[in-house]
Amino acid sequence: MHQFILRRMIQMVFVLILFSVIVFTVLRLVPGDSATAQLGLEAGDQAYTELRAEMGLDQPIFIQYLSWASNVSQGDFGVSWFSQKPVISLIKKRIPASIWLTLSALTIALIISIPVGIISGIKPNSWIAHIATFFSLTGLALPSFWMGLMLILTFSVFNRWLPPSGYVSPFIDPIMGFKHLILPSLTLGIEIAAPLTRFIRSGMLDVMNSEYIRTARAKGLTEYLVISQHALRNAMLSVVTILGVFIGYLLGGSIITESVFNYPGIGTLLLQAIHQRDYGVIQGIILFISLIFMFINLMVDISYAILDPRIRYE
Amino acid sequence: MKILFSRIKIFLKAFSSNRLAALGFVIVIVMLLTALLAPILAPYPPDKQIYQDARQSPSVQHIFGTDLLGRDILSRVIYGTRISLMVGFLSMAIAASFGITAGLLAGFFGGWTDTIFMRAMDALMAFPAILLALLIMSVLGPSLANAIIAVGIIYTPTFARLIRASALSIREKEYLEAARAIGMPNWLIMIKVILLNSLSPIIVQLSLGIGYAILVEAGLSFLGLGVQPPQPAWGSMLGEARNMMVFAPWMATFPGLAIFFAVIGFNLMGDGLREAIDPHRIVVKH
Repeated sequence: MHQFILRRMIQMVFVLILFSVIVFTVLRLVPGDSATAQLGLEAGDQAYTELRAEMGLDQPIFIQYLSWASNVSQGDFGVSWFSQKPVISLIKKRIPASIWLTLSALTIALIISIPVGIISGIKPNSWIAHIATFFSLTGLALPSFWMGLMLILTFSVFNRWLPPSGYVSPFIDPIMGFKHLILPSLTLGIEIAAPLTRFIRSGMLDVMNSEYIRTARAKGLTEYLVISQHALRNAMLSVVTILGVFIGYLLGGSIITESVFNYPGIGTLLLQAIHQRDYGVIQGIILFISLIFMFINLMVDISYAILDPRIRYE
Repeated sequence: MKILFSRIKIFLKAFSSNRLAALGFVIVIVMLLTALLAPILAPYPPDKQIYQDARQSPSVQHIFGTDLLGRDILSRVIYGTRISLMVGFLSMAIAASFGITAGLLAGFFGGWTDTIFMRAMDALMAFPAILLALLIMSVLGPSLANAIIAVGIIYTPTFARLIRASALSIREKEYLEAARAIGMPNWLIMIKVILLNSLSPIIVQLSLGIGYAILVEAGLSFLGLGVQPPQPAWGSMLGEARNMMVFAPWMATFPGLAIFFAVIGFNLMGDGLREAIDPHRIVVKH
């Protein structure tokens, strides 16, 4: 087990290095760099050359990468060339808002998808199953940003019940904080709930058709016991595996939703950096998100190994 | 030939008995016709600005209303079909040609070729797709062509994995050995034997992929990183509408509905094709 974790972590480091090289190189090949962005097109060549030298942009790209990478490994993600603030402090400031959004969206998604998925998996021809199929088909095709706009129309424009944008920390003002969270997390939660329901349903269908369920029925267990003791546990295992993918999706997919609600999470920080051509921040955030993504996938693999004793990573 | 006909017959029967798939097919056909006949169907040119009609709510003259510049939203939604379909078809052409080539080579030759191609695909999949699309757009700069390239790149690994898996299973089949025995060169085996036998999953993936591409492009354009104004893309229309929610809610409603129907059409068609092609599911009908 320890060996497995160790090996996975070494793999993770390799992927991360490969990845950072790609991100770094690709972003440096862009015409027009941050010095231009900061000075504007009218600035003289003299000022431009000086600023480039100060930022280290005149060094060979390989040297630039090495100095950047050695800083990153020490927790220094560089400086925003736009606001002159350290990237890591910019990210840190946005983390609480992003965590609140991810967790509440995930909660909403699970509250919807687990019962609906399980019931429609147990009774594939019931009316609940048909409604669930309809909603997950709809949810898969619904652009999340449009759903967000429609929620704003309904709850903030036509009825002034909820704020259309912004964020208040729930620790500072629980009621306002909660109100600000409702619409964005509903938008994200429903978006995730559609594929999650589909997934849980098909997992449940597979389990219900398996031989050990037939055996459990054959030995005379009540349907309740068959489902609660045998089917649910095994179906939930597959949910754990897929949850990592969905959390990763939330981290990426929240960019658009955050933008709809002007929500000050990491996603809007990235968008702002893209519009400002602030390479330092773009690199930092993308690296940060992929680090979290890989870490979550590692956690998922480990918890899967613990939950399912049949799996041994040799 | 006879076998082929009976297979097509079975397929058509399975596909048309699936009501949802038929619905998807109808939506796709309607979209294609709308794109083709846009100049005839649209009541106004998509870029024509009628200032005295600006920001009108839906009426007889402007069924979907008008936007800030007095452009007819119905006409823009109709012309937007062309952009969405173009993004869907072209990005899938890119994803399929690169993905299929990589998957064929990886699956057929195995060994080092396999390792190199598939690790490259893993690196592409190592982080959330939307993030990758944003990164590509931030490098290439926002435009319709670049949005097509970005979506094509993020969907390439899906095709590569599909074809590789298919090639791996076909490699063990006797008919491949037969093709070798009659002296068929490798490239011909890859195209005539492996690719032709993988056509059905490719078609399914193309249909689902077009829906996905339309959705991603709309998202990018919504953020201002995809198709640029004044081109009438559904996503950028929504982007323009969002600051006008209070004054002109209809501006946000109709382009969104268009995206929704387009995506659900291709999704339903793809799901239906998958079920109709999968021979195990045809017989089981209660």
